[in-house]
Amino acid sequence: MSRDKRTTEDAAIALLSNGMTIGIGGWGSRRKPMSLVRALLRSPLKDLTIVSYGGPDVGLLAAAGKIRRIIYGFVSLDSIPLEPHWRAARQAGTIAEPVEYDEGMLQWALYAGSLRLPFLPTRAGLGSGVTDVNPSLRTVRSPYADGEELLAVPAIRLDAAFVHLNRSDASGNAQFLGPDIYFDDLFLSACEPGHRYLSCEKIVATDALLDEGTFHTLRINRSMVDGVIEAPNGAHFTTCEPDYGRDEAFQKAYVTAAGNADDWRAFNERYLQGTEAQYQAAVAEWKTQS
Amino acid sequence: MEDTVVSALADIVVMAAAEAFRGDGEIFASGMGTIPMLGARTARSTFEPDLLVSDGEAFYIGNELPIGGTDKLIEGWIPFRSVFDTLWGGRRHVMMGASQIDRFGNTNIANIGPWQRPKAQLLGVRGGPGNTINHATSFFIPKHATNVFVSKVDMVSGLGYDRAGDLSEWVQRNHRLPRVVTNLAVLDFNSPDHSMRLVSVHPGVSVTEVQAATGFELVVDGDVAETREPTDVELAVIDRLDPRGLRHREVS
Repeated sequence: MSRDKRTTEDAAIALLSNGMTIGIGGWGSRRKPMSLVRALLRSPLKDLTIVSYGGPDVGLLAAAGKIRRIIYGFVSLDSIPLEPHWRAARQAGTIAEPVEYDEGMLQWALYAGSLRLPFLPTRAGLGSGVTDVNPSLRTVRSPYADGEELLAVPAIRLDAAFVHLNRSDASGNAQFLGPDIYFDDLFLSACEPGHRYLSCEKIVATDALLDEGTFHTLRINRSMVDGVIEAPNGAHFTTCEPDYGRDEAFQKAYVTAAGNADDWRAFNERYLQGTEAQYQAAVAEWKTQS
Repeated sequence: MEDTVVSALADIVVMAAAEAFRGDGEIFASGMGTIPMLGARTARSTFEPDLLVSDGEAFYIGNELPIGGTDKLIEGWIPFRSVFDTLWGGRRHVMMGASQIDRFGNTNIANIGPWQRPKAQLLGVRGGPGNTINHATSFFIPKHATNVFVSKVDMVSGLGYDRAGDLSEWVQRNHRLPRVVTNLAVLDFNSPDHSMRLVSVHPGVSVTEVQAATGFELVVDGDVAETREPTDVELAVIDRLDPRGLRHREVS
C-alpha cells in the first residue's frame, strides 16, 4: 500500500511561510484549487509570490493584499473577461512586483523548472512589451549555424503548488476527467517536494481510478504530490468539468460585489471568513435564495 | 429599413474576416470573439474547407457548428498545451481583438496608460507576443476610432512590422499580419515600409471617414475598392453559423 497523504486545506496552509513562491494550477476561471485559495485567504500569510494563469485566485489574493510579486500571462474570469479585483489592484499600484509574461513563456518557465534547467529558449516575448517591462530578461544566441538570438525564459521553482483535480487516490495518483489538464502537472513538477498539494472532488481507491476515465487521464502520479485533500465542489465557482460547470450566476455576484467597498465587505463576511464547509453552506443557501 | 442596413454590415464584416483565412490550407484557423470565430468557420464552410476550427475550449470541430452550439462533431483534441505547440510550430492563423493598434501593427490588449500603474488594466499580453512572432495574426476591431488606431500603443502585446524588423531573419520570414477588419474598412500592411494601408471601405463609408477615425496617416494607393458583400450562398452559411444573430451586436 502506498502512503496515505490525506490532509486538509488548513493543515497544508499552516506549513507554509511568508514570502514563499506559490504556483496555482487551472486556467482563468477553470478548475482552480479554490478551497486551498480560500484557506490561504484565511491565513496570516503575506508577501507571497504567486505564479498563475490567473483567474479569481489572483483576484481574491490581490484583494486580500497577499501578493508582493506575481508571474502571470493574464488574469481573466473567461466568461467575464476582466477580473475586477486584479484591475483595482493594478490600477491602485498595490502589487509591488508584477512580472508579466506571454502565456507560452509561463509554460516554458515552469517546464524549465520541472527539468531543473536554468532557462529554456523561445521566440515568444522577443521584441514585445514583455521584454520592455521585464528588463532582467536575457537573450541567448543559438550556438549552431543559424546563430539566432532567442529569449532565455528563466526557470521558475516553486516552494508550494496547489492544483485541483477530479479524482485522486489517497497517495496522490490523480486524474483529470475534463477537456484539459491545463498546466497542472507542470506546476507540481516545478515545485520542490514538501508542499505540493492536490485537492480533488473525490478520493477513490487506486483500483477505481480507471472506472471513469482511460489511463490517458492519469497524468499525475504520487511522486508529484505531498498532500491530498478531498474537496467536493472545491473549485467553485470555477469550472470542474465534468463534475460541474462554472457557477456563472455566482461569478457574476462576485464581480458585482467587487464593484464597491461595502458590497465587497458583505461578500467577504458572508463567504470568506469561515471554514470551507461554511463557504459551501453559504453558497448552497445563496442558491436557494436566487 | 434601419435593421436591413445594420444586418448587412455585420454580414460584410464576417465575410471580410473570413477572407483573412483565404489560401491558408490545412492549419488551425483560430478566432477570438464572435466575429473572428464566425469568420474562421465561414471560410471553412465555403472557400477554405481544409481549415481546422475549434470550439474555443479544447476540441477541433468537424461539423458546421453554430456560435454557442453544443452539438459538436469532435475531430481532434486541442488543449492549451497543444495550442502552444501548434502556434510555435506555425500551423495557425489567429484573428484577435486589439484595444490599441499603431501604423506598423503593434497591438495592445494588456493595459491602457503606463504599464507600471495602468489607468485601465485589461487582459494582459496573453498569447499576443508568441502569436505574432510565430505565425499569421489578423485583427478585428469592432469600433474604428482614433482612440484605438493610435500613434503609439501603451503596451506592445503583439509585434508590429517595425519591431519584427529589428529581430532575426527567421522572425521576419514568419511574422505576418495579413489583415485588419473593422466596422468601417479592411486594412493591411502591404506598403513599401509595411505601414497600414487602406484596402477597402465598407459600402456607404468614405475614405475620408476612415482616415478621420484613424490616429495616424493611412497609406492610400489609388482608388480604394468597396468591401465585397457576401454571396447568397455565403449569406446562408453565415445565417446557419449564427442563427441568433450575435454578430449584429458586435458591429453597427
